[in-house]
Amino acid sequence: MNGKVDQQWLLKVEGLTKIYGSYNENTVRSTGPEFNSNICPETNSIVACADVSFELFPGEVLGIVGESGSGKSTVVKQLYFDLEATTGAAYLRKEDNTLISLLEESNARKRYLRNHFMGMVYQNPREGLNFRFSSGGNIAEKLIMAGMFNVQNIRGRASALLDRTEVPVTRMDDKPASFSGGMQQRVQIAKAIANNPPLLFLDEVTTGLDVSVQARVLDMIRELQRDLNIAMIVVSHDLSVIRMLTDRTLVMKNGRIVERGLTDQILQDPQHAYSQLLVSSLL
Amino acid sequence: MASKVLELNGLGKEFTLRILNDKRIAALHGINLSINKGEVVGLIGKSGSGKSTLMKCIYRTYLPSSGEIWYHSDALGAIDLATASDHEILHLRKQEITYCAQFLSVIPRVSALEVVMAGLYGRTNQSGVGALELASDYLARIELPKELWDAYPSTFSGGEQQRVNVARAIISNPKLLLIDEPTASLDHKTKNVVIEMILELREKGTSILVISHDTFTLERMCDRMVELQQGTIITPLISV
Repeated sequence: MNGKVDQQWLLKVEGLTKIYGSYNENTVRSTGPEFNSNICPETNSIVACADVSFELFPGEVLGIVGESGSGKSTVVKQLYFDLEATTGAAYLRKEDNTLISLLEESNARKRYLRNHFMGMVYQNPREGLNFRFSSGGNIAEKLIMAGMFNVQNIRGRASALLDRTEVPVTRMDDKPASFSGGMQQRVQIAKAIANNPPLLFLDEVTTGLDVSVQARVLDMIRELQRDLNIAMIVVSHDLSVIRMLTDRTLVMKNGRIVERGLTDQILQDPQHAYSQLLVSSLL
Repeated sequence: MASKVLELNGLGKEFTLRILNDKRIAALHGINLSINKGEVVGLIGKSGSGKSTLMKCIYRTYLPSSGEIWYHSDALGAIDLATASDHEILHLRKQEITYCAQFLSVIPRVSALEVVMAGLYGRTNQSGVGALELASDYLARIELPKELWDAYPSTFSGGEQQRVNVARAIISNPKLLLIDEPTASLDHKTKNVVIEMILELREKGTSILVISHDTFTLERMCDRMVELQQGTIITPLISV
């Protein structure tokens, strides 16, 4: 490659592995799709994900698809520092082209990185929002963490974000517990993008919502992606969500990536038996 | 001397159905084909002969099983589309190569105007005309009734969908256009409009591979034709 493809990667993940319980040198090699298991037969440790490597480019949307327990959420949770990786490396490229080795940073620096460079939207709004704060307060919390302190500015930005995500600004001082599921999800999205992150993680964000509400949330994510050009990792078991949002897709099974490719290729010409099963299971 | 834009060497495609005991379906064998700058090549053959498969291999919606697909890119130089990285393919799809499928497949709840504008999204070297203005111009040219511009194409007739699909694919003046049955469900008048628009692209230097069963379309558009039979190129019976 002659380097003329517009840019360099934003995030590079190498050999990311998460094992629960004590493990030995055979654990990784005795689990995975070929054993149809992620439980080590010798140690009973659980390999949530292993050897996960990929690159994400600025403004690109990467999907991770797989059944429950395939390790897809584990991957993004490690990158967002919700979970500690067992082994592996992840690098984030800053605007000035310097690289940050995410998993080697101190806890204080990890908080800083998360507040300044990342956003996360969880399946359950209770994970992403503080239900004791108002919706505006939740966004303010994120803005303060990202270094904004002027109260007027914070209120202005919070109401602009709620407006952007179609949450009535009149509900800004209400607590999210009184909101519908779709509205809670939109507050969560507003909070996640409050710091203008170059990198956004979306973990099963439409699972459990009614189809019409799901559609509105997906439309909004697509619009935000287009307008703000945020790089996203979209975790979903739902191939229609993957089809609608992503450029490239990783297919995971038993904690491993079994196939990767352009999303239309994965959907129309899947190579791995498991991807073929997934696609043929589409309603 | 005409310069080659696309050159296929021994392209083969076989599908392995892992969930059907690794049943193999051979779709293409040893395809050799080249297309010059500004040339329109018609791809003909019976249903199931591999025409769409060939097109999808070039666009990399299908992964080729063997052979090479050399494409001469403005940004990347000579590149084998069969082995290029996904990131490179995405770049080419945004900037140089468009594919117009037989049937319109769109994201739900996106208006006709936005669908056509999306054909420009992410592309550089705009003519200076705004995307909205240009998309409106294209919708007017394909004679889509104005009251449908802000409606969702999933509710349109087959012919209307097809024209929206064509407009989306050609609005960006791609370097290479892969177009599958662009006139199949059109009446004579709109068929002519679509053919004129595609021919205009050729004048601007676009290289075009077109699949069609319609002799009228092929005769109007193509510089030459290639026929597929059971996944192999044979000498065409019809020539232009």
